[in-house]
Amino acid sequence: MSAVMQAGPGLRKGAPAPPTVAGPVTQLRVVRSEWTKLRALRSTWWCALIAVVLIVGLGAAVAGSGTPYRVSAANSAAGGITLSLIGVLFAQLVLGMLGVLAFSGEYATGMIRATLAVVPSRLPVLWAKLIAVVGLLLPLSLLATVAEFFTATALESSRRGSAISLTDPGVLREIVGASLYLTVIAVIGLALGALLRRTAAGLSVFAAVFLVVPLVAAYLPHAIKGFVPYLPSNAGGTIWGAGKLFGGQQLGPWTGFAVLCGYAIVLIGLAAWRLRRRDA
Amino acid sequence: MIEIDGLTKRYGDKTAVDGLSFVVEPGVVTGFLGPNGAGKSTTMRVIAGLDRPTSGTVRVNGKHYPGAAAPMSELGILLDARSVHPGLSARNNLLALARTAGIGRRRVDEVIELAGLGEVAGTRAGGFSLGMGQRLGVAAALLGQPQTVVLDEPVNGLDPDGVRWIRLLLKSLAAEGRTVFVSSHLMSEMAQTATRLVVLGRGRLISETSVEDFTGHATAGGILVRTPETARLGQLLAAPGVTVINDGTDLMRVSGTTAEQIGTAAWRAHLPVYELTPTHASLEEAFMQVTKDSIEYHAGATR
Repeated sequence: MSAVMQAGPGLRKGAPAPPTVAGPVTQLRVVRSEWTKLRALRSTWWCALIAVVLIVGLGAAVAGSGTPYRVSAANSAAGGITLSLIGVLFAQLVLGMLGVLAFSGEYATGMIRATLAVVPSRLPVLWAKLIAVVGLLLPLSLLATVAEFFTATALESSRRGSAISLTDPGVLREIVGASLYLTVIAVIGLALGALLRRTAAGLSVFAAVFLVVPLVAAYLPHAIKGFVPYLPSNAGGTIWGAGKLFGGQQLGPWTGFAVLCGYAIVLIGLAAWRLRRRDA
Repeated sequence: MIEIDGLTKRYGDKTAVDGLSFVVEPGVVTGFLGPNGAGKSTTMRVIAGLDRPTSGTVRVNGKHYPGAAAPMSELGILLDARSVHPGLSARNNLLALARTAGIGRRRVDEVIELAGLGEVAGTRAGGFSLGMGQRLGVAAALLGQPQTVVLDEPVNGLDPDGVRWIRLLLKSLAAEGRTVFVSSHLMSEMAQTATRLVVLGRGRLISETSVEDFTGHATAGGILVRTPETARLGQLLAAPGVTVINDGTDLMRVSGTTAEQIGTAAWRAHLPVYELTPTHASLEEAFMQVTKDSIEYHAGATR
């Protein structure tokens, strides 16, 4: 026994550590790691493709139908843009799902154990996923809303209608705002995925908050409707004028968007707390 | 090196590990044995910082692992449950882990070859067999050339070729001066691979010893004696602490004495002896003996 034990060079105190190729964990490295995962997953690109098709396709359909995309006394440029961005209402569900999956997928497959074992300080993983998701979806959604704008405008011009211009009041804010809105929605999805850890739970809560609750709330008696403008979808939707679609009282565009960001920050904070405190 | 001191881990009101203390030294392969539910996997998860101890401390290479600056150079771990993403290829699974430590593609390809996954590196891990998944998990554990390697049931699901690969791999890692801590249910495998043993039962340390001592101390062995004079030799050997078992043939099993004493006694009494064989308990027998009181769920037991 002792002969074998002494054969191990590592047993001598002060023996040189065996060679290693691994460097320190840095936030940038963890971002590259998370980007590697997000980029290589098919679900990412399916969600992205469906979101772009919904936004551009429905926008083209609205413009193609005539009146809504024409500026008139009854129809402001910003109002026309909002209607043509109707695809955002559906794209938000797909991109929210992408956000949820980005975290819950790791718990569902067990990869979270490998991930957290190599980044045992844990929080860099959450920040890295945030950066990767925002880094993908902000440009992508902006591309989609801008492409939607030019497609709709081109369709309208081809019929010699009074095309909406980027410089018309509120137009640029709604186009950029829609992409900001979608990005924050995906961040909220990510936080729900991290917080609830289960894909089904994350998707259910997400769908409830962004689909079911706003619909039900719209039919509540007037007296208890005070909270409705503060619902995440209603508050955040103001930045691309979504409130006009449903009517009712609403917040200002940037106030509303700030409220949406507030929800996202609170949820990310809770996710960080849970990730740090709970066993993986 | 892994130093575990007074480790207790409770999940709700269930105590998985209870006041566990032991040290895993570098340079040798240390086996981690224990019946199902003994707390082996829990201990390994706590070592990797995935579960936090209820009380006690765990140090990997002298440091608190979750605070390590370069975790992948300190610890590589294979957990018993699957921890790969089925939607990612083997290469991308490894690459995602490698990126966190600035490890390049060359090292990723190196461990892919080492694990024998060269032909399937580009296919999604979801379609992998248990054995291939296991190879991928081992590849991930080795990726950062860590000082300490912890493997939970690495030979689980491997073919004989894979089992041999793991055996040689563990020995070469230890020879490089790394700390190698490996759990297994295959006692025979441990006997061939491990030098040191940590034996666990019901979350408590049963034994921390060498494989030789562990099997040597177990009493199931004894000495096989073949003689036509079983009755007379049995009487000669009778003494407190010595047991002689004879089933009526010319073979008897004697324990509590040595082969030298039996041989000398037979020679003095002019009794012929045809065979005199000291038998060691196999690691499996020793294990069963040591843990028989600590098996959590006896087959057929009612609660």
